Amino acid sequence: MASVFSPPGFDFSNQLRNNFMAQKGLPLPKATSTGTTIVGCLFDGGIVLGADTRATEGPIVADKNCEKIHYITESIRCCGAGTAADTEFTTALISSNMELHGLTTGRKPRVVTAMTMLKQMLFRYQGQVGAALVLGGVDSTGPHLFTIAPHGSTDKLPYVTMGSGSLAAMAVFESGWKANMSREAALQLVKDAIAAGIFNDLGSGSNIDACIITASHTEMLRNVEMPNQRVEKERQYGFRRGTTAWKTENVRSLIVNEEITLLGGGDEMDTT
Amino acid sequence: MDHFPLSWGRPRNDAVDAYGTFPIQQRPNHGQDTFSSGIQHTQQPIVTGTSVLAIKFKDGIMMAADNLASYGSLARFRDIKRLHAVGEHTVIGAGGDMGDFQYIQSIMDELMIDEFAAQDGHALGPAEVHNYLSELMYARRSKMDPLWNAILVGGFKDGQRFLAFVDLLGTTYSASTLATGYGAHIAQPLLRRAVEGREDTLDAAEAEKIIEQSMQVLFYRDARSLDKYQIATITAEGVKISESRKLETSWSFAEGIRGYGAQTQ
Amino acid sequence: MQHVAVPHAQPQQRQFNPYSENGGTILAIAGANFSVIAGDTRQSEGYSIQTRYAPKVFRLTDKAVLATNGFAADGNMFVKKVRQRLEWYRHAHAKDMPLRAIARLIQTMLYARRFFPYYVYNILGGIEEDGSGAVYSFDPVGSYEREACRAAGAASSLVQPFLDNQIYFKNQTPAPGTTHPAHLPLSHVLSLVIDSFTSATERHIEVGDGLEIYVVLAKGSALQGLDAIQGLSELTTTDDGERMFVIRRNLKRD
Repeated sequence: MASVFSPPGFDFSNQLRNNFMAQKGLPLPKATSTGTTIVGCLFDGGIVLGADTRATEGPIVADKNCEKIHYITESIRCCGAGTAADTEFTTALISSNMELHGLTTGRKPRVVTAMTMLKQMLFRYQGQVGAALVLGGVDSTGPHLFTIAPHGSTDKLPYVTMGSGSLAAMAVFESGWKANMSREAALQLVKDAIAAGIFNDLGSGSNIDACIITASHTEMLRNVEMPNQRVEKERQYGFRRGTTAWKTENVRSLIVNEEITLLGGGDEMDTT
Repeated sequence: MDHFPLSWGRPRNDAVDAYGTFPIQQRPNHGQDTFSSGIQHTQQPIVTGTSVLAIKFKDGIMMAADNLASYGSLARFRDIKRLHAVGEHTVIGAGGDMGDFQYIQSIMDELMIDEFAAQDGHALGPAEVHNYLSELMYARRSKMDPLWNAILVGGFKDGQRFLAFVDLLGTTYSASTLATGYGAHIAQPLLRRAVEGREDTLDAAEAEKIIEQSMQVLFYRDARSLDKYQIATITAEGVKISESRKLETSWSFAEGIRGYGAQTQ
Repeated sequence: MQHVAVPHAQPQQRQFNPYSENGGTILAIAGANFSVIAGDTRQSEGYSIQTRYAPKVFRLTDKAVLATNGFAADGNMFVKKVRQRLEWYRHAHAKDMPLRAIARLIQTMLYARRFFPYYVYNILGGIEEDGSGAVYSFDPVGSYEREACRAAGAASSLVQPFLDNQIYFKNQTPAPGTTHPAHLPLSHVLSLVIDSFTSATERHIEVGDGLEIYVVLAKGSALQGLDAIQGLSELTTTDDGERMFVIRRNLKRD
């Protein structure tokens, strides 16, 4: 680290520093992770993406209804699992670059383009950007579905799952998926897969989001199913005015008095 | 005088303050006990079995496990039996170390012989077998010498179904669907969806179909599994453990896939 | 799914770990002449639900209930051993052990395993010999205290501050000329317990599936609206002693 010479290739000095600091009892702050079940499924002429809506910080639920299906372009969307901030910033950055790419080329950008941008970015960060993604969309070459792991490897399959609920969701796909499914059947299968994650994986929970992408239209089904509504509370927990104790009281007037003196005159509107 | 008997007859260690009290009174560390190298405790499983599945159905319990015993990533033994009948009302199925499981089988066989020899008109049922196993497993974990298994106990006695779990820590629980190992992650969601709320209406054929489909998904996704498996059925008629059977699998979905990214050919 | 980079030259631990954590939460509240002891019924390990129904609250005698939370195998074994000691006491003295004696017994049993502890948080609830409701809470090695309320387990850091505020009225100034009540009525306590668990279910991933609330009423006390509660069943065995009830409710399963 002390060397002034910087050798070619990747620089891992920050990682060494972080490990050293963690050893000395100063670990990195814990990031919000989206425990997560996310899935994607190919059907006859389109893609269905699905996600649960729970975000966790260790065993604590940080967000009960977060959005995990991110916008890339009008007909390409991306589900994110892993470190919440990484999935949000990675997809936002690639979304921007895809927009610029579209403007530069004058064409509708393709799904493989987004996939390549994402994997090259994630590979550059050697897994330190903790984004596990399910990318799906339709372009001039048809519907495409990919997974991208945090280290930058990709997979191309007709049905994919990611996140802590990926095994539960994959079990549903393995037992229910058929080739050339209809749009309705694919949506139902995606909903079942997410539900398996929600009810069997503690990292996943709350509601189901889905997104159906076809060549002509993208339909974002936010909270398409809400199987976990909270029951009404037994009591009201309002507090009587004056509940909070205080030590000193200090009342200050924050109203500024302003006096307006009219100079001259005769400028008033004639209202007769 | 040195208050630690382990220090007696050994060279003095001045690096330790034997009379210090803060933060905690330090004991001179003489390394391991003289005889510890002579004792080998199971620290990790060697030859292992993967998942066991079991569900409740109308007439009793159905349990399944494949015939594979792996040696690390090697598919070492391909006709191992992981379901074992204990008496006339109970079946146990195990994942984890197969050596430890076969030792447990011998203990259970011995126990059933002792019970038979008593001729007191009582037979051990599945609840008793499970309780015995949980005490055994908990006692061994408390000696820091565990039997490295996760075991399902299923049975039917006196008109009652019984299904419960016990593992190397002595942890126990019961539910209408149970699965060990990868099965707990992959098969359990399917079993719960198919069985919960229908325990009293499912017939044997339906139950078998559910088990078969779950075993199929496990074979697709668990790299330490096999497509050869057995099913045990425990009902009022007693215990029936099937011959080994083959799973039907289909890999045709892979035909259309080209590459992993931008490739088209 | 978070991939954590493991630094290379670290020693790998290959030792058997005899403990596990099985999630869930328990809580107990003492009233003037009753005691409420509750726990959820989910048992989990890591991100998996092992079962949706594994009781954590156990009836010990006609007037004592023990809730255990932490490592389930230790918890079940500990309850088994406490029950055995209580049975021996019954055989020796022809009566049930009084609550405060059970509390002291639990302390000695826990401390006996000081250097290989039962990894369990215990809360004992019931009725004292003077007819007052009581709650005793323990740490895993036997330190204990009689309290008005206590939460333990996975979501204890969520529930205990709520109880401090609602039972002990911490951070609440009473209205001028009034004081806070020392004991709350049963119906009020029950609704606080239910809200504690539905809230813990919302914000803690290891809490949910089912709720079991044990209620012990002192000898000769009225039902105090208990009969109107849904999901109630009575466990009382004698005609002239304390009465015991259990309320079973569903919690969210996600």
